Amino acid sequence: MNIRTLLLVPALLSAQVSFDRLLHTDREPQNWLTYSGSINGQRYSVLDKINTQNVKNLELKWVFQARSLEKFEATPLVVDGVMYVTEAPNHVFALDAKTGRIFWDYDYRPSKDARVCCGSVNRGLAILGDTLFMGTIDGRLIAIDAKSGKPVWNIEAGDPKLGYSITHAPLIVKDKVVVGVAGGEYGIRGFIAAYDAKSGKEAWKFYTVAGPEDPKAQKSWDGDSWKNGGAPAWLTGSYDPSLNLIYWGTGNPGPDWDGDDRAGDNLYSDSAVALDADTGKLKWYFQFTPHDEFDYDAVQIPVLVDAEWQGKQRKLLMWANRNAFFYVFDRETGKFLSGTAFAKQNWATGLDEAGRPMRAPNMSPTPAGTLIYPNLFGATNWYSPSYSPRTKLFYIPTWQDSNMVMAKMQQKYVPGQRYTGGLPRAANAGRRGTRNTPVEDSAYGSILAMDPFTGKKKWEFKMADVTDSGVLTTASDLLFAGGREGYFYALDARNGTELWRASLGGQMEAGPMTYSVDGKQYVSIAAGTSLFTFGLKE
Amino acid sequence: MVQKSALAMALLISALPAAGQNVDAGGQLYRAHCFVCHGQEGESIPGVSFRSGQYRRASTDEEISRIILGGIPGTGMPPTNLNADERRNLVAYLRSMHSTGAGAKGQGDAARGAAIFEGQGGCLNCHRVAGRGSRLGPDLTDIGSLRNAAYLEKALIDPNDTIAPANRFIKAVTKEGATVTGRRLNEDTHTIQLIDDKERLVSLQKSDLREITLVKTSPMPSYREKLSAQELTDVVSYLLSLKGAQ
Repeated sequence: MNIRTLLLVPALLSAQVSFDRLLHTDREPQNWLTYSGSINGQRYSVLDKINTQNVKNLELKWVFQARSLEKFEATPLVVDGVMYVTEAPNHVFALDAKTGRIFWDYDYRPSKDARVCCGSVNRGLAILGDTLFMGTIDGRLIAIDAKSGKPVWNIEAGDPKLGYSITHAPLIVKDKVVVGVAGGEYGIRGFIAAYDAKSGKEAWKFYTVAGPEDPKAQKSWDGDSWKNGGAPAWLTGSYDPSLNLIYWGTGNPGPDWDGDDRAGDNLYSDSAVALDADTGKLKWYFQFTPHDEFDYDAVQIPVLVDAEWQGKQRKLLMWANRNAFFYVFDRETGKFLSGTAFAKQNWATGLDEAGRPMRAPNMSPTPAGTLIYPNLFGATNWYSPSYSPRTKLFYIPTWQDSNMVMAKMQQKYVPGQRYTGGLPRAANAGRRGTRNTPVEDSAYGSILAMDPFTGKKKWEFKMADVTDSGVLTTASDLLFAGGREGYFYALDARNGTELWRASLGGQMEAGPMTYSVDGKQYVSIAAGTSLFTFGLKE
Repeated sequence: MVQKSALAMALLISALPAAGQNVDAGGQLYRAHCFVCHGQEGESIPGVSFRSGQYRRASTDEEISRIILGGIPGTGMPPTNLNADERRNLVAYLRSMHSTGAGAKGQGDAARGAAIFEGQGGCLNCHRVAGRGSRLGPDLTDIGSLRNAAYLEKALIDPNDTIAPANRFIKAVTKEGATVTGRRLNEDTHTIQLIDDKERLVSLQKSDLREITLVKTSPMPSYREKLSAQELTDVVSYLLSLKGAQ
């Protein structure tokens, strides 16, 4: 370490991240201060040093190799030259964003009671002031000093013995840390809760499964089925300061594939919920898949867009759902404005005027099994979409033509045990091996550019295998995304033309992000078990 | 219901050592806890095959049971709270996925089958067993651990119906007009890797190709008319005896 670095480091680490900074991330595009880069969920950066002309000169700058063999799903934060990233399950690192060298690490060892259905993963951190916040796979929320990596407080949000866990990056709203819980495959009762950033004290809690405190909605659950209704909230929400509303997606009702004992719509599973940021009170909701029997979690990033809609300036909410439909809402009222299928689906004949799906006859799981499009992984999933205010296009990482034979099975709830009620069988589920040998009717992956104002497909970039990668767009009309094949792409966001690619040798199951240090722009993405950072050749 | 019947089975087993019944209870537990990730045949996770009877991180029943309880840190395998009896039943079921499927010996004479395989069947012209034969088709050295008798018989009679996507043949024509044919080993958006009919490992860039044809049918002939029923049974028994290199 040279003298210059020694002098620089304390200065870099001293910056406080106020909530005002989080509200105006566009003013400091060199930083990446929240999971999606901004609180509106657009995963769009105004950085433009890397552009459609010079992107071919991108080269690898550094690699951070995780010690964990788990999936690397995290999007890093970058604050004034310091990158904060997690490796699975809950190991935090502060790195020099220019070189990838380590300042400190904090290795939280989750309880052995932790059980997560689909990987002991973590998708990232939140920051406020000098404090980082991390949810853990054993259901805890931990505040960590951003300078030293030492824990400040550590509280239990949900009991890991019952299957509660936290896998996503928290959302900071004012002086609160907001998180939801995972555990929809373990019969939890899902919730979203806010905690005081200073003390960790719970400020409010919204149950995503309506219970006695919400008797009208509770009726959407037969008998006591609400008690183990699932509806987890395992991905970061978005925030609109002008309305003081938090938007969050909720997951599938439990048990996943057997709806027999939970007759009704099962509110508020598979929904977008708009919550008052100060009280957690429900302002409005929209349920995408009432009485879901397919595991179609509405766990996607809510994308907030202010734009003209049919001649009138409106505050919009855009949502590409796992159930294969793309939706636009007025986010002030929750009014459904439009919905279009963006991938093959056979469970609904369409959406009615209010946006409610019209269920296709005989398209429910049976004991023998029913062939359903899309498969349980969905037409998209938690992978971050992107909206570019320049192209006015909405970019969706999709699985096209996926299907699965979904069979139901009666299952009794046992605390802490899987509670899924089904036997989904692969037809062309897309879960391929180390080698990829697709057949004619295999599902395939694509980046789909949709005109959200017409619901029409603008372009599609097809990949032989499916994709779990998020999408990033920039003000230079670049789009970054990857896929399971290990290719990381830069596309022209206007037309989908491939401009550059790198073969990273491991599948991307994270969202790309961009930042700059000393005026030089970088792009980072996790692939396999490593984080790769690219910049222009000098 | 799962838990209750498993317990009932466990009680029954402690009184009567009826192996078949605890396997059934284990099967119920498998469907409730393992099926979604590991799949019906126990082969959905790349590199993991319960059918093979071989485990990467365990060899004894106790070791498998410990993994079921504690999960495998650093991987997608979560812990469970299944009790000791439940875990015993589940292990019995996992073991059965091997023994009732691939472990059966078949009805024929494996020695006679081997003679047909290497002689009139001409199988080594395309397949390889323990270092002998061609590499063009799938290596069958451990086929007896991977497939059961019914599957192998069907593969001999109707190869087109059983050819796995991983074993399909590709015909590619380069922009210069050269034709490359071989068994596809891997394919992605931009490239194809294959082993050609001269046993060369070939990697192709799709942008260099004029034409790519995925051959849907199997290059293997049907042995329905070529072998008698007894000969087919003998060959199946021979294949079932192939359990991998020792």
